[in-house]
Amino acid sequence: MQPSSSPRPKAAQPTLGALFVSFMSIGMMSFGGGLAAWTRREVVQKRNWLDDRQFLSGYALSQLVPGATNVNLAVFIGTLMRGTSGALAAFAGLTALPLALMLTAGALYLHAQSTATAPWLSAALAGMGAVAIGLNLGTGVRLARRNLRGAVPILITAVVTIAIGIIGIPLIQVLAVMLPVSILLAWKLPGR
Amino acid sequence: MIVTLLRLAGLFGLLSMLAFGGGAGVIPDMQRAAVDKYQWMTASEFLDMFAISRAAPGPGSLIVVLIGLKAAGLAGAAVSFVAMFAPSCVAVHAVARTWHNAAQSRWRPMLEQALAPIAVGLTFASGLALMRGTEHGWLPWTVTAIATLLFSLTEINPILLLLGGAAAMLLMG
Repeated sequence: MQPSSSPRPKAAQPTLGALFVSFMSIGMMSFGGGLAAWTRREVVQKRNWLDDRQFLSGYALSQLVPGATNVNLAVFIGTLMRGTSGALAAFAGLTALPLALMLTAGALYLHAQSTATAPWLSAALAGMGAVAIGLNLGTGVRLARRNLRGAVPILITAVVTIAIGIIGIPLIQVLAVMLPVSILLAWKLPGR
Repeated sequence: MIVTLLRLAGLFGLLSMLAFGGGAGVIPDMQRAAVDKYQWMTASEFLDMFAISRAAPGPGSLIVVLIGLKAAGLAGAAVSFVAMFAPSCVAVHAVARTWHNAAQSRWRPMLEQALAPIAVGLTFASGLALMRGTEHGWLPWTVTAIATLLFSLTEINPILLLLGGAAAMLLMG
């Protein structure tokens, strides 16, 4: 496990095809959520297109802009890599197969017009959902270990985690407070 | 038909710009519009569609395709897809361009430093919020805890974890 926040040689700029294929695998493997975990694993760990700090900025900005976070993240990364065509390649890769599957499932559902989910299927899906939550939390642990140095960032992370994840305060309100606080601290205490 | 397509475009185009913090937050608004306001489907049909969209791989916001399909067939699905994703994608694309062009600026490293701890917190929060949102009994709790530990401490392939989680719920759930 190499600390990816330390400067590593950057991989060459990906081709549009490579972006498409990477995001297609991210889209198809993310059952029950956990898309951020898969995205980091693919673009930071496996492909080395971004370092952790760039990934984290992209992840935070993707939540600041409205819309599905993981679709936004794909468009953000695609844009950084290859501009507009990169954004389109990442978006198409992420959504094409899931879209086709969803249309098929929807047509079948409307045809049968019944829940049609066997009990074993919902049990299996619940199990994958429970794992997907663990993938999110595990990604948080990895990112925290590598990117949080000192008391100030750890405190900011803890406040955001508890406010949104445990108390359930709406994200927009938490960001409205914590973003200015974090920017002010980064400005007053650079390079902490 | 045209009226329905326009309603789909208006509904999802608006929700796309209101979905701060991800698509899950606007699901209740979708339900209100699709079931109560426009009466495209019953409440239980909406729940079925929600379950299908959660079970399928990929972004959960693709539920708009199912709603569009039910309301106005394939054209409805296409209109809903574009309306839900185009506005937010254009917005994030503009943000990313600005970010990219500011690579040498003095404010970008400062913002990166400020955003990092917030993003880590959001990662934890998304997992915890999912746990609060679903019925999480002792078995899913255990599965989640084991998956968290293995994924943070080892290089195990997540596919194996997903299969293991499914197997655990099948055998013991």
